[in-house]
Amino acid sequence: MDLKEKLLSSFMAFEERIDVHSELHDVRTSAIKNFEDKGFPTKKEESWKYTSLNAILKNDFTVFSKKENAIEFNHVKKYFLHEIDTYKVVFIDGVFSSHLSATTHEGIDVCLMSSALTKPKYKMVIDAYFNQIANKDDSLTSLNTAFAMEGAYIHIPKSKVADKPIEIMYFSTGNEAALLVQPRNLVIVGENSHVQIIERHQSLNENPVLTNSVTEIFAQKRAIVDFYKIQNDTLEANLIDNTYVSQKQESHVSVHTFSFGGNLTRNNLNFYHFGERLTSTLNGITIIGEKQHVDHYTLVKHSTPNCESFQDYKGIYSDRSTGVFNGKVYVEKEAQKTNAFQKSNNILLSDKATINAKPQLEIFADDVKCSHGCTVGQLDETALFYMQQRGIPKKEAKALLMYAFSNAVIENIKIPELKQRITKIIATKLGVKMGFDL
Amino acid sequence: MLSIKNLHASIGDKEILKGINLEVKAGEIHAIMGPNGAGKSTLASIIAGNENYEVTEGEITLDGEDLSELAPEERAHKGVFLSFQYPVEIPGVSVTNFMRTAINETRKANGLEEMPANQMLKVIREKSELLEIDRKFLSRSLNEGFSGGEKKRNEIFQMAMLEPKLAILDETDSGLDIDALRIVANGVNKLKSDKNAIVVITHYQRLLDYIVPDFVHVLLNGKIVKSGDASLALELEEKGYDWIKQEQEA
Repeated sequence: MDLKEKLLSSFMAFEERIDVHSELHDVRTSAIKNFEDKGFPTKKEESWKYTSLNAILKNDFTVFSKKENAIEFNHVKKYFLHEIDTYKVVFIDGVFSSHLSATTHEGIDVCLMSSALTKPKYKMVIDAYFNQIANKDDSLTSLNTAFAMEGAYIHIPKSKVADKPIEIMYFSTGNEAALLVQPRNLVIVGENSHVQIIERHQSLNENPVLTNSVTEIFAQKRAIVDFYKIQNDTLEANLIDNTYVSQKQESHVSVHTFSFGGNLTRNNLNFYHFGERLTSTLNGITIIGEKQHVDHYTLVKHSTPNCESFQDYKGIYSDRSTGVFNGKVYVEKEAQKTNAFQKSNNILLSDKATINAKPQLEIFADDVKCSHGCTVGQLDETALFYMQQRGIPKKEAKALLMYAFSNAVIENIKIPELKQRITKIIATKLGVKMGFDL
Repeated sequence: MLSIKNLHASIGDKEILKGINLEVKAGEIHAIMGPNGAGKSTLASIIAGNENYEVTEGEITLDGEDLSELAPEERAHKGVFLSFQYPVEIPGVSVTNFMRTAINETRKANGLEEMPANQMLKVIREKSELLEIDRKFLSRSLNEGFSGGEKKRNEIFQMAMLEPKLAILDETDSGLDIDALRIVANGVNKLKSDKNAIVVITHYQRLLDYIVPDFVHVLLNGKIVKSGDASLALELEEKGYDWIKQEQEA
């Protein structure tokens, strides 16, 4: 039985455990129908031309983990931003861990998707937001919707500032030989409100994991949302991240991806505009080696006037690693005075590493400023020589240059402890001890 | 200190240096002058260990030690400093952090402990005053958005920090206005001692009014064709290079 068939039959088993007489169930059934029709994406599709799931889908994934999955905090402390106090929503093999979590209902809701989906008091919110911005035609998003049950539910009401960052953490224990997890996150940020979120998926051993995650983010008027995704997983971990952002006027949403590890990472980042004078920021740093693969597939849909979007992606590829950047900016006829900027800069450190970069601009308005730039190159030999001349050994000089190359994106991290952490991960990736404060 | 014997070097198929001989002793200042394309900057790069050039013949020694097999950083650790004609911009790395890394790597290579932070700050303060550099300047990204003059002043600041045995100043005067030129030259002169040596590469006499050389060499078409004292620079300023070319052809 292939994975698709297995999932279709698992859905029938899943239906026995849930309320099938609800509107939510109608959403699920049409979603599973869409997945059944479309199946997993293949390289024949334009949007998956450079990323193949074939090898991964051959694993015999467990769809619902049955194994015992407790972990001690001390074993996983290092993955948290433990230097500061944070809210935590933690899942182990797709199951909520109250032991590791620190949720809240005081003023803001930082809790569980499963509660929100099943408890009556959340029904109005769920009806208004759940699956409203996610792409219903996308097969992987549909697959997630069909099984949507667990994940983080974050609701910041009007004029509230989340008093500390929120960490959403998905651990895989590897107790199952191969595990499929499908987290579903919903983030609603009210007018004038502000939240910082850090999301991380982490395998704790080398058994294969496939994560098909969907996150919907709704930013109301003047809301500020900073979302950081740390992707520094094992060589057997695969992540498909589908993030959908809905923005109202004067809101500012930024999504940062730090893709440093994993076998395959696909970031589908989609921004939709529903108000004027808003800003979307998409930043990413990719540093990979071996046979790792990272694919950023971004869409910013400018539908309203006077909005801005900034995309800045940096990639450093060594060994046989491969990168893909596909950035689509769509400016509708009504979206006059749009400012849309897109940059993808890449460094290839090996002859066998590759990057496929494809900017796509579709502009139907006539009074806009749009730009895109893709570069692919090697490290600047003159700069290396300059640093070596000052006594800095080649390896450190290279690392310093790569750090400098990624710096514009690192500078955008608004949580100082996170900035330090990312810098440390980068130093480790580059194999150096950075001998100065960063 | 520096001894160059019959140095031939090329880039690709093109031979640029065609048999250079140069002896620089501790306590001396040498000026190398010559028209564009004569090979002045190439010579500077090769002494510093730039791997883009291939040394095909001859040798370079520093205090009797052959430099040819040493990487640029190893040469730097032995006291070779090159002030670049075009200093490189490195965003995200401040002048202070860059210097701290450079100094501690050099100390490490010479078997010394890292310089304690407070001492580092003290040295930075002293040397930045010498070059009349504003403290704020030191927290800016290295060379990023610096004016031509600021870049050059920053090069000499780095020289002051690293206290090299042999400093090669490649066109340090280009892009400097008269005030900056005076500050830079003054800094160089204060760093000068009987233990170190300086090689000044320049087109023009201007800088040599401030940094007075013991020897002036004319580099033409990959060879040193004439050497003399400081008065040779004045003669070149007045008469240009053509008379030397004619002398050569004759």
